[in-house]
Amino acid sequence: MPDFQVKKQTKQYDAVIVGSGAGGGMAAYMLSKAGLKVCLLEAGPMYDPAKNVTQLKNPWESPRRGASTHFRPFGDFDASYWGWQIDGEPYTKKEGTNWDWWRARMLGGRTNHWGRISLRFGPKDFKRKSIDGLGEDWPIGYEDIKPYYDRIDKLIGVFGTNEGLENDPDGFFLPPPKPRLHEIMIKNAGQKSGVPVIPSRLSILTQKINDDRGLCFYCAQCNRGCTVHADFSSSSVLIKPAIKTGNVDVIPSAMVREVLTNSEGLATGVSYVSKDDMMEYQVTGRTVILAASACESARLLLNSKSARHPNGLANNSGVVGRYLHDSTGAAMGGVLPQLFGRKRYNEDGVGGMHVYSPWWGDNKKLDFPRGYHIEYWGGMGQPAYGFGFGIEGMNGQYPVNGKQKEAGGYGKSLKEDYRFFYGAGVGMAGRGEAIALASNLCEIDPNVVDKYGIPVLRFDVKYTEHEIKQAKHMKETFREMMHAMGAVITWGDDGPDNNYGLETPGKIIHEAGTVRMGNDPKASALNKWNQAHDCKNLFVVDGGPFVSQADKNITWTILALSMRASEYLVEEMKKKNIS
Amino acid sequence: MDRRNSIKTIAIGSLSVGVLLDACKSKDEAEAAKLAIKEAGTTFTLDRQPEELEHYKKVTSTTFFTMHELATITLLGDIIIPKDEVSGSASEAGVPEFIEFIVKDMPEHQTPMRGGLRWLDLQSFKRYEKAFKDCNAEQQLSLVDEIAYPKKAKPAMMQGVAFFNLMRNLTATGFYTSQMGGKDIGYVGNTPNQWNGVPDEVLAQYKLAYTEKELKECVKFD
Repeated sequence: MPDFQVKKQTKQYDAVIVGSGAGGGMAAYMLSKAGLKVCLLEAGPMYDPAKNVTQLKNPWESPRRGASTHFRPFGDFDASYWGWQIDGEPYTKKEGTNWDWWRARMLGGRTNHWGRISLRFGPKDFKRKSIDGLGEDWPIGYEDIKPYYDRIDKLIGVFGTNEGLENDPDGFFLPPPKPRLHEIMIKNAGQKSGVPVIPSRLSILTQKINDDRGLCFYCAQCNRGCTVHADFSSSSVLIKPAIKTGNVDVIPSAMVREVLTNSEGLATGVSYVSKDDMMEYQVTGRTVILAASACESARLLLNSKSARHPNGLANNSGVVGRYLHDSTGAAMGGVLPQLFGRKRYNEDGVGGMHVYSPWWGDNKKLDFPRGYHIEYWGGMGQPAYGFGFGIEGMNGQYPVNGKQKEAGGYGKSLKEDYRFFYGAGVGMAGRGEAIALASNLCEIDPNVVDKYGIPVLRFDVKYTEHEIKQAKHMKETFREMMHAMGAVITWGDDGPDNNYGLETPGKIIHEAGTVRMGNDPKASALNKWNQAHDCKNLFVVDGGPFVSQADKNITWTILALSMRASEYLVEEMKKKNIS
Repeated sequence: MDRRNSIKTIAIGSLSVGVLLDACKSKDEAEAAKLAIKEAGTTFTLDRQPEELEHYKKVTSTTFFTMHELATITLLGDIIIPKDEVSGSASEAGVPEFIEFIVKDMPEHQTPMRGGLRWLDLQSFKRYEKAFKDCNAEQQLSLVDEIAYPKKAKPAMMQGVAFFNLMRNLTATGFYTSQMGGKDIGYVGNTPNQWNGVPDEVLAQYKLAYTEKELKECVKFD
């Protein structure tokens, strides 16, 4: 038998942070700038897109031409290490339920490959129960978080436009890029269909904001990570300057087992297993901040049982793991015949859409609660695995350069067809707000551990009529938009038999709600400062604290809440409320 | 069109992996069946995780297609994407090597490809008493014509249609993701630039224009 021992680090930190994504990165940034000594633990390796490069690579530099593997489910050039499945780190699901769980194991986490869609929640998004009676109101309102959104806009940089919309607040925006050709067509279709189409709001630098980061050079590849750090990722934009303060020790490949507590029930640090040497370690700190992702943080809390916290840490209320929800999602694609045989030019643009649609509907006139925003794509992208598939569904249907052909084929005529149809695709996807329900949850699977011996999560999530009706409305809107721009729908024209193409929960990768905040300790795990009701030196700053997640991508709000919680923590330490 | 007498060393992109194809002049199928994979290390130009390198090594340490199959794939690939006035052929773009790799990386393609190739040989044998690759060009095209057009193909040929669709998909993807194919299709991005909007002549072609608001608030470059 090999020796088994636990190595205890002698250094006492002011804060031990678990996870280096948006929430953990912001906490490390704020606390290190405030002069606190920080230990930042990350379950994956170090990562810097300037060194770990997949940007500006050509399709033939990947032997699979950019196709996906389970190591990189979003394609061979995507920045995210791992995704739906990690070797040796399983999760399970209750029979008849669905949850797909994306885990990025790397410094910066999922912020390395995300869509950079940086939306503020609006005033209504914090008070949904007061509006429609469903779910719960947040213990804070837009006015509490607005100053932090303002600071984050300036600190990180986001392009967009002030439109004066009630629930999609104005901010401090860099100039957006001009719409691409298909995006002008989408905008015009929106005008006909009564769907607003405005410049997107992405955290990509179209203007210089400081000397540390470069300017966007319009390669459309933000998901690969940016070599000049022109887009927001936690690793490049927050952790790099945090490390520069000299106050942060980053421990990569550290898979945290549990939060350690003392006889008074206070957090004293964490224990972890190093993936590099498989040895057991402990690190101690005055506070513990969890930012491991909504589900991973819930897992950690539930696995941190003690005499003082028999139900798991911060879980006297029993809500930890509950209210798990993702954005709803449904999509549709087609072709724009007016773009067949189009002139070639570089229209890569930024990594993502240049226009989007914020929610415009009035729920009083609709049969479902909450709303969704619409994301768009199309145009002359870089060919990758899958390019040219299914030409037989195209070339018999439309005349090619004026000539009607038989579907399928081969030879010189076929080469003409590929050229003719290239760049005519268009698509759209809704991203909506699901209702957070106590019955949708993750819990510890009583029978299964991962390769480190850590009990794993078992998911139990089901969508209801609310989400299905929302997807139905998305499809109705998409059909109308497609029709208005003269597009032909080629996929995603779904009906009731598959819930209108509603993606199974988890698929949109906006997990939230598992460690929710609230004023009532019996119904929430955290107070309005992201601080555990039951353990005052424990904070959670990822998607876990979200009471509801709006029809907005949650990253900007994770950042704002983490910034706010970090400042509160510094104040509490100054006041000696946290020793 | 017998390519078996040529020796080709094909670098897949800028991977430092050379695939030495059929150095064999003899008709000894057992010998010829071996694709010599020469590995000059696995230095990728792409960021790779250790697990990905290990997977790559494992996948490329075996050979899937026999020499006979690979010769048929090469023939079919060049029928699907021949050389024309714009660009070269599928085999010139390294499509057979891509297909050999991708069926090992995506094993779900293995049975449809292997079975489809054998189906094709049997059809060919029934008609001409020869394997597909040993037929003359006229015979080959006559058979391809029966499986290349899904809507007018006879019901008895539908398995061949399914195979040819897959073969066409993999050939097109392999070709247009190569340097030669990318140039052919006219993708001109993947390079640092300044996006200044849709070119004026294109806007004019579609009778579109940017609004005053857009011209005022969007990034512009002189």
